[in-house]
Amino acid sequence: MPIIQIRGAVKVFGSITAVAGVDLDIDRGECFGLLGPNGAGKTSLVRMIVGVSPMSRGSIVIDGKDITREPRTIKADLGVVPQEDNLDPDLNVVENLTTFARYFDIPGGEARHRAMDNLRLFELQDRQKAKVEDLSGGMKRRLLIARALTNRPKLLVLDEPTVGLDPQTKHLVWRKLRTLKAQGTTLLLCTQNMDEASFLCDRLAVMNEGRIVALDSPSELLSKHGGSQVIEVRVRDTEKKASVLSLMSERGLQWQEMEEAIYLFQGDGQVLDEGLASELLVVNQHVPTLEDVFLKLTGRSLKEP
Amino acid sequence: MNVSYRSLRLWQRNRDVFFKLWRSEVPGFFAEPIMMLLAMGFGLGTYVALDDGERYVEFIAPGIIAAYAMFSASFECTYGSFMRMKHQKTYDSIIATPLSIDDVSAGEILWGATRSLITACVILVVVAAFGLVDSPWAVLVLPLGVLTGLMFSSIALFFTSVAPSIYSFNYYFTLFITPMFFVSGVFFPVSAFPDAMQHLTWIAPLTPVADLARTMVSGQLGEGNWWGLGIILGYTGVFFPLSLVMMKRRLLR
Repeated sequence: MPIIQIRGAVKVFGSITAVAGVDLDIDRGECFGLLGPNGAGKTSLVRMIVGVSPMSRGSIVIDGKDITREPRTIKADLGVVPQEDNLDPDLNVVENLTTFARYFDIPGGEARHRAMDNLRLFELQDRQKAKVEDLSGGMKRRLLIARALTNRPKLLVLDEPTVGLDPQTKHLVWRKLRTLKAQGTTLLLCTQNMDEASFLCDRLAVMNEGRIVALDSPSELLSKHGGSQVIEVRVRDTEKKASVLSLMSERGLQWQEMEEAIYLFQGDGQVLDEGLASELLVVNQHVPTLEDVFLKLTGRSLKEP
Repeated sequence: MNVSYRSLRLWQRNRDVFFKLWRSEVPGFFAEPIMMLLAMGFGLGTYVALDDGERYVEFIAPGIIAAYAMFSASFECTYGSFMRMKHQKTYDSIIATPLSIDDVSAGEILWGATRSLITACVILVVVAAFGLVDSPWAVLVLPLGVLTGLMFSSIALFFTSVAPSIYSFNYYFTLFITPMFFVSGVFFPVSAFPDAMQHLTWIAPLTPVADLARTMVSGQLGEGNWWGLGIILGYTGVFFPLSLVMMKRRLLR
């Protein structure tokens, strides 16, 4: 049985529908990535999954328990790493962890033991008496992840865990997350970082405007939506643009327009015939990346005005 | 309502922080009431003659216990709670654990009540050291302090749940708390007011507290207006659940 079962989840804020009906199963022990532009509904979906935001409609079952009926028992086995730092600034580093352990009814001795283990895991043992405000951004993020491991969660939910981190810290976090996955923890990861998604995730869901628009492994997503080559072109004679675009549609080419640039997704065996090629000026061509797929699925224009 | 023993976990967190940072609390809640007692009681008081020949400092001592019990809970559950909720995002991290939002709100109110108790204890000891306590019944101001704290924490947390910004509390203190400090029988008996006004002052939640504290410190329990307890419990009975409902509305999005 999947560890997360989501059926018809909807979240409405006034006149805005943040999540517009999501069905999703996440398997035990996998690392599942949620991709999507800002405002796509990732955070709203995740907040419903971890039980801090009530669903407008639908159902979410975690580890066989309904999130609306048994939030306490579900949360006891859940780790949450928020996007925003919400460490307790009134407490020092180690107290942040031991106080957090108390929220899970973990007794004092065991709490201190786990706190030290988790601090060592994230190379923070030398800063245990430091004030939270004196930590660097990277240390705070490591401490947030260390804190989320306090209750030894079956499911760890991370919202953009490496945003703003230097490459060293980013790789440290990635390695630790891989270790956790190898130990059987299920990871649910919201991210905008395509390297992170392809490095860590077994499967990815791309969200746009509150819905899942694609769901597959990173390599399948690439081959299904990226084609074999992405060619950025411009139309030589802008007055002919409309006729050139209709010609491209006739040829069965997939393309996307962004201001004067046109991105062609060339599939296997597809070639630009001479009639079309002579109308186009090739600016750049490259092997498709996850980022191309992302932009193709969610549009190149800014999502937030 | 979804309150459990886990509200104690939030209480423990606030207790730990308080005992870590208690030095910053000394001026407001320990030094100030003592200064008030000295300046008003032993200073101004020498010019004040009460009807029954009681010394003024003896009259205001229980009033000061009542007023500062009010201030302690009120500050804790307005500025304190608001900082934790809005600026420090402490609640956000806690409600992702087995604690519910109701546990968090109830824990804040319990802690506010504890602050009132601590303040009442300290001032009672000081007042006793000045020889202003006539009866062992004075220890009853400690449970009274707890009830006072529960009431004022509940009212304060309700206001916090609707306060748009931390500056909103200026209104709370200027228009609600401070006027009570002056009209609820802390510095002069409410009997000094005209009859109609006297009835009105009993609407203020501090009035029964000051009145009962005076009864307990003087030891004349038989003459006490014990129905005042009904006012205290009544306010608590309304504002405790109301603040929980409103905090949930604010935090659960």
